[in-house]
Amino acid sequence: MGNLFKIAVRNLLRYKRRTLLTASLITIGVVFVLVFMSVSGSFKNMMIGQITDSMLGHVQVHHRGYVASIENLPLNLNLKADAVQRVEAVLHDRTDIAAWSPRIKFGGMFSNFAETTNIRLNGVIPEKEFATVPLLSSRIIEGGKDLKRGGILIPELLAKGMKVKVGDVVVIVATNKDGSVNGKQFKVGGILQSVTGPGGRDGYIHFDDAVEVLRMEGPEVSEFAIRLKKFDGLHGFTAALEARLAQELNKEGKPIFEVHTWEQLSPFYNVARMIDVMTFFIKLMLIAIVLISITNVMIMAVYERIREIGTIAAIGTLPGTILSMFVIEGFCLGIVGAVIGNIVGIAVVSFINLSRITFNFGMQQGLVLQATTKPADLFIISATVIVVSVIASLQPAFKASRMEPIEALRHV
Amino acid sequence: MALIQAENIRKDYQTGEVSVHALKAVSFEIEPASFVSFVGPSGSGKTTLLNLIGCLDRPTGGRLTVADTDTIALDRKQSAAFRGNTIGFIFQDFNLIPVLTVYENIEYPLLMVQNTPAEERKTRVAALLKAVGMSEQKDKYPDQISGGQKQRVAVARALVTNPKLVLADEPTANLDHGTAYMVINLMKKMRDEFKTTFIFSTHDQKIVGEAEIIYSLEDGELKDRQVQGGNNNG
Repeated sequence: MGNLFKIAVRNLLRYKRRTLLTASLITIGVVFVLVFMSVSGSFKNMMIGQITDSMLGHVQVHHRGYVASIENLPLNLNLKADAVQRVEAVLHDRTDIAAWSPRIKFGGMFSNFAETTNIRLNGVIPEKEFATVPLLSSRIIEGGKDLKRGGILIPELLAKGMKVKVGDVVVIVATNKDGSVNGKQFKVGGILQSVTGPGGRDGYIHFDDAVEVLRMEGPEVSEFAIRLKKFDGLHGFTAALEARLAQELNKEGKPIFEVHTWEQLSPFYNVARMIDVMTFFIKLMLIAIVLISITNVMIMAVYERIREIGTIAAIGTLPGTILSMFVIEGFCLGIVGAVIGNIVGIAVVSFINLSRITFNFGMQQGLVLQATTKPADLFIISATVIVVSVIASLQPAFKASRMEPIEALRHV
Repeated sequence: MALIQAENIRKDYQTGEVSVHALKAVSFEIEPASFVSFVGPSGSGKTTLLNLIGCLDRPTGGRLTVADTDTIALDRKQSAAFRGNTIGFIFQDFNLIPVLTVYENIEYPLLMVQNTPAEERKTRVAALLKAVGMSEQKDKYPDQISGGQKQRVAVARALVTNPKLVLADEPTANLDHGTAYMVINLMKKMRDEFKTTFIFSTHDQKIVGEAEIIYSLEDGELKDRQVQGGNNNG
């Protein structure tokens, strides 16, 4: 086998310019795909991270039917004390959960005593919420990085529009599920940077304050946001949790809960999918480049070496050995293209990171692009290039191995 | 027992609607360690006959046995294996592999065809390099040596597997007379040393004189068989 490689490499070096051009073409394709995957993958992960770590969490548990009416924030679909206990018991038993946070979500009126506007609020237990959505504290652009009883975190746009500053006193008025209205004064504890996506412009108050404003007789929960220890285990976890919670039935024997991943709750999942589709087509382009260039160069190689093929066949080289010679040439070209492409690709990605390119994502300005190259991506790209190189060489190699020595020796 | 037995072998080619009879019922026998030449003008059937003996082509009819093997019955893979083990080839254009050195060209059949162990390969290649006087050039590539040297390398490559038979189709056609004689004498010397049967084709009358048995071909038919002095086994 080593001798086949030696002959293959020497034959590639024999036509240096052609080998260089073909390897360059493969290299350019690999670099393009690698950089695209790194940049788009990083953008996608950043986007998902922003959405899940700022607001949604990885998974949410609601009362059945809540998500279908989520725009109305229906208080009558909150989980009652018994249901809350059941969910908490299930979540306690899971070892793959990093944190979870119960929330009361409701709509209300926000008044600075001069003007009034509407606001969507989350009643949260601060330590649980900050553990579940760790980027929340970094979104507090003014004020303290915590949430105390009687305090409120309000979105930036609302603060600007209503000319409210940290320390100002505001009033929240809300209608409870019975239809009665209640109000409570809050001190603005912080201003939240707005983020793109569902819940990105919500305000936050303490869980107990929400219970008080809504005059709940006992603590109710609109949703449980869950953060997993390993994001990669999202779908397995969700399936397991769904199966477990499906056992919890109401008096009519129907399931009480519904479980959703961030993908089902955020429209940005479609953007992430679009990036995946684009990446897939970029990979297809790479495959086409490798397939066409290697096939072309190997057809040329076979055509130019017909007499040589005739000679080695005449002196007894078996057809399988001749086939291997040409397949190994294609394989070597693929290896060279993949290795150089990976090295150049990593260099380009490093250069992009050093350049600290910034971009805007929705309301967020000046996010720094941090492209990362995963070893798995390098492996997949390299394996794809090498496998396609071998496939592309097969037809010319097969043709070479099937040549009649007498015909090949006559070739001029 | 004859090394080669040919009985009424025929070879027809179909070119369009015209059938060309390249060989017409040719019969002969060649003994081991012979030094044989097939002569005749262009188109007489010399190359066709050598191709049939070398299992590079199949006769249209007749019976051909080489080294006790009915070569017509061999399939493609068996033919390749048979050639690799039994026959050495010397080509008019030398046909050395350009990416391999002189040493590697000679070593090629041992390495890629017979899978001979490294030590044995080394010994045999060194012996052949010495025998053909190419030891000094062993690391050169074919494009760095002369035509005569290339043919000496080709002779060594043909002999390195210790074949029973070496076929040489117009081995001196691309060489000047001096070099041609030298190559033919080298082949003869190799025959004496390794007891290998050499069959070569030529239309060069001066070179023909070096053969011990001369078969004359004309229009696909064997016209004459001459036995000359020297080692006459025919």
